Amino acid sequence: MKKLTTQTAVVAMLLFTMLLPHTLSAQTDIDALMMSKNEFCIGPMYSYSSWKNYWEGTRKRDNQNLGTVSTKMLSVMGNYGISKTLSVLFSTSYVKTKASAGTLQGLDGIQDLSLFLKWRPFQTKLGNGKLSLLGIAGVSVPLTNYTPDYLPLSIGLHSKTALGRLMVDYKWKDFFATASATYLLRDNIKIDRESYYTTEMHNTHEVEMPDASNYNFRAGFRNQRWIAEAVVNIWTTLGGFDITRNNMPFPSNKMNATTIGANFKYVLPPLPQLSIVAGGNTTVAGRNVGQATTVYGSVFYILDFSRKSTSTAPTLKAN
Amino acid sequence: MKKINFYFVIVLATATMAITACNKDIEGRTDNIPALTPSNIDLNAGTWKPVLLTSPSEFAVAAPGATNTPDYVAQINEIKSWQANLTSDEKKIVQYWSAGAVLRWNEILRELVAKHNLPPYQNEDGTYPIPSASNPLAYPQFPFANPPYAARAYAYVAAAQYDALIAAWYYKTLYNRAAPYKVDSTLKVLIPKSDLPSYPSEDAVLAGVATEMMKLLFPGDQDFIQQKAEEHKRARIIAGANVRSDIEAGEALGKAVAQKFVARARGDRAGAAVGNAALWKQMADECTEKGETPWISLETPKRPPMLPLFGKVKPFLFDSLTVIALRPGPPPSTSSAEMKAEVEEVYYQTSHPTREKMRIIDFWSDGAGTYTPPGHWMSIAAEDFIRKNFSEVRWARNMALLAMTEMDAAIVCWDAKFTYFNPRPCQMNPNIKTLTGVPNFPSYISGHSTFSGAAAKILGHLIPERAAAYEAMADEAARSRFYAGIHYNKSDCGVGLVVGRSVGDYAIQRAKTDGAE
Repeated sequence: MKKLTTQTAVVAMLLFTMLLPHTLSAQTDIDALMMSKNEFCIGPMYSYSSWKNYWEGTRKRDNQNLGTVSTKMLSVMGNYGISKTLSVLFSTSYVKTKASAGTLQGLDGIQDLSLFLKWRPFQTKLGNGKLSLLGIAGVSVPLTNYTPDYLPLSIGLHSKTALGRLMVDYKWKDFFATASATYLLRDNIKIDRESYYTTEMHNTHEVEMPDASNYNFRAGFRNQRWIAEAVVNIWTTLGGFDITRNNMPFPSNKMNATTIGANFKYVLPPLPQLSIVAGGNTTVAGRNVGQATTVYGSVFYILDFSRKSTSTAPTLKAN
Repeated sequence: MKKINFYFVIVLATATMAITACNKDIEGRTDNIPALTPSNIDLNAGTWKPVLLTSPSEFAVAAPGATNTPDYVAQINEIKSWQANLTSDEKKIVQYWSAGAVLRWNEILRELVAKHNLPPYQNEDGTYPIPSASNPLAYPQFPFANPPYAARAYAYVAAAQYDALIAAWYYKTLYNRAAPYKVDSTLKVLIPKSDLPSYPSEDAVLAGVATEMMKLLFPGDQDFIQQKAEEHKRARIIAGANVRSDIEAGEALGKAVAQKFVARARGDRAGAAVGNAALWKQMADECTEKGETPWISLETPKRPPMLPLFGKVKPFLFDSLTVIALRPGPPPSTSSAEMKAEVEEVYYQTSHPTREKMRIIDFWSDGAGTYTPPGHWMSIAAEDFIRKNFSEVRWARNMALLAMTEMDAAIVCWDAKFTYFNPRPCQMNPNIKTLTGVPNFPSYISGHSTFSGAAAKILGHLIPERAAAYEAMADEAARSRFYAGIHYNKSDCGVGLVVGRSVGDYAIQRAKTDGAE
C-alpha cells in the first residue's frame, strides 16, 4: 500500500459519495465560470426543498392531506476543462420525497444523469470590463426506471431532455452580471397506466411532454476567493395543461416557476483546491408547482490532471 | 482548439437533431383501428331477450317510405352532395365512427367519467359541498363520477343501447329496407358494405340513446355530447351507409327506449345514496355498539363516506334480496389477533415496495381523475371485442352484460362496506404509508377486487380463450390494492374476488338464456 496522499484521500471520498444512491442539482451549467485546461472539479451537493402551498393551475392553495412536501437531494457534480474555453460537466442525483401529512408514502431513488458541454467562443474587452459569450448544450437521461406518475411525490419526470443555452457575461472589476436563455426539449414519457385524462382522454401509456424555456439572470461580486450573487430564474413550460380543481398533478402539466435566490462561494485560503458553495432560492410566482423554498450546500475539489504539477493555485476562473 | 470546437458543434447538432427528430405525436390504441366488419350480422337479434323492454316492438317505428319515391331519391342525393366535397375532417369523422359505434360511445362515456371523477374541495367550515344535478356547471360540478356512480352510468347507457338495438334489429328485419348503396349502385361507400337492412339506422339508435341517457348522467356536458352525436349521424350519411330517414327513425327509437331507462334510473334509489350526517353517524355508532372499531375518514378535513347507501340501489341482474344473500360474512374483528396479523402484513408490504409492485399499483390505481375500475374493465373488454369483429348488436349485448355486472358488483360491494364499516389498514396502524390515495369509504370488501372478480367472470364466458388471462388480471388488480397498503390481503381482496365472481355468475346465467348464444 502506498501512502495515502491528501489528494487520493479526497478522490476516494468523492468516489465513495458517488456510489451512494444519491444525486445533485448542477448549478455550474448556468454560470459563466470556466475551468482551466485539464482541471477537474468535483463535489457533492446537498439540497433541501419544501413547500406547503402550491398553485393548482393559477389558484393558490394548501393541502392538508399532504402537509409540507419536501425533497431532499444529494448530488454529485463534476466539471472538466478540456481547454480553457471548453468544459464538460455532469451531474446526477439521489432524490427522496416526503409529505408531512396524509397517508401517501414518499419515494426515493437515483434520478437522472445530466451532461453538458460549455463553450466560450468569444471574449473581448468592452469598456473597462470584459464581455464573454457562452454556449451550453446539455442532455439528460433517467438512470433508473422510477415512476413519474406519482406527483407530487415522484422523484422526477423521467423524460429524456436536451437543452441549448446562450449566455452573456460581463465583468467589471470584481462585479459581474450574467444573463442566459435556454430552450429545453423534452421527449415523451411512458407511464404505467394505460390511459389518462388531461383535457381529453388518452388511451395510451405514452405522455407528450411539453418543451420548456428558462431565463436566468445573476449579478454580484466575483473574484478568485469569493462569489456572492443574486439570481432570478424564470422557468416556463411551453404547453401543457392546468391541474383541475382538487385533482392530482400530472407530468405534462403547465409548470411555471419564477424564483429569486442568492449563492455564495468561498475558496479556502489554506487549501485553494477546495471551495464551499451555499445558496438558496424561493418561488415568488408559479403555476402547477409548489411554492418551494430551497437551500443547498456543496463542497468542490479541484484536481489538476495537467502534466505540469499539482501545486498550482486553484482555478475556477473568475474571469 | 479549432478541432475541439468543431467536434463540439457536431455533438450539439446531433443531439438537437436526435431529439427534435423524435415524433411527439401519440396515437391512442383505438385511434386508427379499421372499420368494423362483423363476422356475423346477427340478423336474428330482434328475438334476443331485452333488459327492460317488454317486447322489441314496445316502441313503434313507422314503416319507411319506398326506395323508388322522389323523397328517397332526394335523400340519396343528399349523400352524393356531401361526398362531392369531402373535407379531411369529414373523412376523419367517418373513419372514427366506422370502427364501431358501441365502442366509440363507450369511450366517450369513459372520457366523461374521467373528467368528472374528482372529489369536491372542502368548504371554508370544513364540510364538503355536494354536486347538484340541477346546477351541474357550478362548483362542485355534477356529477362526482366516483366508482359506484360510474358503474351505474356505464350500466344504464350500455343496457339501454342493447335494448334499443334489439328493437332496431326487429324493425330492420320487419321492414327490410336495403342500404342506400344497394338501392343506388352508383353511390360511393366509405365503409364496408353489409347485408344488414338499414332502417332504422343502428348508429342513430346508439346516438339517440347516448344523448338521452347522458342528459341524466352528465347534464353539464350537453354541448360535447350533442356535437359527438351530430358528427356520428353525419358520418353515416357521408359514408353512404344511411339515408336521412334511416337516421331519423333510429334516433327517435333510441330516445324512446332511453326514456324507459331514464325512468328506471330516477327510481333506482341512487339519488338517495349520499345519505346525510345523521346516517353517517348512525353507521359508525352501530359498529361501535358491536364492539368494533368503526371506519373513519382519513382525509383532512374528514370527508363523509362515499355513497353509503349505494348498496340499496336496484340491481340489474338480480333483486335486492339477492344483494343481501350475496353479502359476505363479517371481516375479522378489529380487536382479533387475525386482524392484527393482517394489519402487520400490510405494514410489511408497504415498507418494502418494489418497482414492479409500483407498476402494478399504478396500472390498476384507477383513482381520482380516471375512468374508475369498471371503466378500466370496459377498456380491457373493448380492445378484445375489437379483435372479435362482433356485430354492433353483439357489441352492445356484451358491453351491457359487463356493465350491468360491474354496477351490480358495486351494489353488493357497497352493501358489504357499509354493513361492516370496517377501518382501513392505515387507520388501524398510522405508520402504514400508502402508495396510492386511500379511498374514502370502509375497507371490507375491496371494490377493485369485487369489480375485477365480476368482470373476469363474465368476460371469460364471453371470450373463453381469454378466461385464464382475465382471471390473472383480476388477481393482479386485487393484489394491487394490498400492495398499495389500502386493503387487507385475505379479508378485503380475497373475499372481494369471491363475491365479485358470484355476481359474475348471475351475468353468465343471463348470457346463457338471452338468445344470443
